Amino acid sequence: MTTLIELKDIMKTYVMGDSVVHALNHVNVQIDYGEFTSIMGASGSGKSTMMNILGCLDRPTSGEYYLDGKEIAGYNDDELAHTRNAKIGFVFQNFNLLAKLTAQANVALPLIYAGVGEEERMERAKKALEAVGLGDRLDHKPMEMSGGQRQRVAIARALINDPPIIMADEPTGNLDTKSSYEIMDIFKKMNEMGKTVLMVTHEPDIAAYTKRILVMRDGKLVSDERR
Amino acid sequence: MLNESIKMALDGMVSNKLRTFLTLLGIIIGVGAVIAMVSLGFGVKENIKDNISKLGSNLLMVSAGGRTASGARLAAGEGARLTFEDMQAIEKQVDGISGISASVNTSYQLVAGNQNWTSRVEGTTPSNFYIQNYELDDGRLFTERDMNSRARVCVIGKTVADNLFPGDDPVGQIMRIKKAPFQVIGVLKSKGSSGMGMDQDDIVIIPLTTAQNRMMGITHVQRITVQAENENVINDVQAEVEQVLRTRHKIKEGDYDDFTISNMAAIMDTMMETANSITLLLGCIAAISLLVGGIGIMNIMLVSVTERTREIGIRKALGATYNNILLQFLIEAMVIGVVGGFVGVALGVGASYGISHFAGWNTVISWWAIVIAVVFSVGIGLFFGIYPARKAALLDPIDALRYE
Ligand SMILES: Nc1ncnc2c1ncn2[C@@H]1O[C@H](COP(=O)(O)OP(=O)(O)O)[C@@H](O)[C@H]1O
Ligand SMILES: [Mg+2]
Repeated sequence: MTTLIELKDIMKTYVMGDSVVHALNHVNVQIDYGEFTSIMGASGSGKSTMMNILGCLDRPTSGEYYLDGKEIAGYNDDELAHTRNAKIGFVFQNFNLLAKLTAQANVALPLIYAGVGEEERMERAKKALEAVGLGDRLDHKPMEMSGGQRQRVAIARALINDPPIIMADEPTGNLDTKSSYEIMDIFKKMNEMGKTVLMVTHEPDIAAYTKRILVMRDGKLVSDERR
Repeated sequence: MLNESIKMALDGMVSNKLRTFLTLLGIIIGVGAVIAMVSLGFGVKENIKDNISKLGSNLLMVSAGGRTASGARLAAGEGARLTFEDMQAIEKQVDGISGISASVNTSYQLVAGNQNWTSRVEGTTPSNFYIQNYELDDGRLFTERDMNSRARVCVIGKTVADNLFPGDDPVGQIMRIKKAPFQVIGVLKSKGSSGMGMDQDDIVIIPLTTAQNRMMGITHVQRITVQAENENVINDVQAEVEQVLRTRHKIKEGDYDDFTISNMAAIMDTMMETANSITLLLGCIAAISLLVGGIGIMNIMLVSVTERTREIGIRKALGATYNNILLQFLIEAMVIGVVGGFVGVALGVGASYGISHFAGWNTVISWWAIVIAVVFSVGIGLFFGIYPARKAALLDPIDALRYE
């Protein structure tokens, strides 16, 4: 297997007045293509901070981050934006859909920034929604859908530009158990289709879907278990 | 990408109709005001030009009584009067004159049958008709022979004709001027009101000699009107007229003139300058309201950026670059500028027509004012949009996503 993600001695430090918080403290980790990984740990242990750095939304204070063999640390904001657009599909705990747009327009959003024409965007968005079982909800606004449906729209959006990686920070955190399992089934299917899936959760039954579990405590990676 | 940005901007505007309307209103009023005010100013200018060219911009008016260098009027003493002979001397000695007339003026009561009316009675030489652009509607004008015989004949304006001889042909009829009977020999074509709001048709014109001897009992004239061949020679003519009169009035070197020459071309220049200042002033006041409209755009855009922080975060997470976000908000600001600009033009043009229709003021819609106002309003949208748009584009995606 080839390496997709490699973190080398990553530090993320927040200085607030006198207090210094090491949100990430000498983190080293390597994730290969096609892995299905979850990150667990107590609240405040640095899971989101790690996801933000892995997702190219944030930069580490120090350390090296190789994505697809390329060092990300030196990228400027626009290069990071292009990387997010092409390589990473995000799924958030609170869905983060645009309330004024229909499901189809929400899903098509990343393609605007990929420079895809309107007709193709809408066609691909329709297909992506059909793939997550929402082919009959194209024109619905987020407010008109259940939490599970919204998260499926978000997953369709994450998949639309065909990125190699899906990153999800507590994707089931706002969902009931049944919806959570449905969402996890979709993630599992995506992984089987070749996507590298990386997610944060603090629920063991959700983590049980994944093949590798990383555990964090106080900004440090304390356990790395493959099953 | 541009298409998307424009569409997103329009969607955003449509989904917030009241706010969009209020923001637009600032620009609409600003642009409308600029156009209406500039049109009004141009109208004033056009009016002045029109009136003075009606009067004749190649005319010099000589009247008795001088002015000091500071402009204070000197008393017109006995020796300081203008005479018919002054006029004859000017006519003989000054080059570049195409016409000259002398006149006296006073107001009298007029009676015809059981109608009576008061109006201005002007005693003048026949040449005055030509110089003042009077045209005959009916009958005839008086001649040198009438002058020589001090004939009791008069030519009347339309207003006088309508008031003294309603529904009647005045030509050949008798009317009384200060009780003395005069025969109406002609009626003038209407000239309308002058720029200063005076009715130019409310006039009775009689031979100069008749007015001097039979009506007023004077031998001098009150005004000599000199018509220069064209506007280019008018200043030379003015200098020569002044010289002739100074010699005839025996005014010593260094003393002030005992007469005043008004140069219509110079008066027009002065009035045009005034009109230009008024236009500029009105335009500036209107432009300030456009500026206030621009600040309104900035205000709304800032609110919009704050409100949409989360949206910006989402877009950035999905791959929007600095330029994508900047463009989206800039276009939004510019769309307000463009839409406001065009609606404002419509409003301004409408207001201009309204002003000329209802207030009766002349307005001239100037194309360059329209172009400048629209370009300016788009520019204002851009200028006041840049700061909020930059603020949006510079947002950190994580902070923006976390924003509640
Ligand atoms: N923007 C920030 N400023 C200061 N401290 C932060 C910031 N973001 C996170 N932290 C701190 O870093 C630590 C890790 O936070 P986070 O990664 O959000 O934890 P988790 O997602 O595991 O709950 C926490 O102590 C948190 O207070
Ligand atoms: Mg977290």
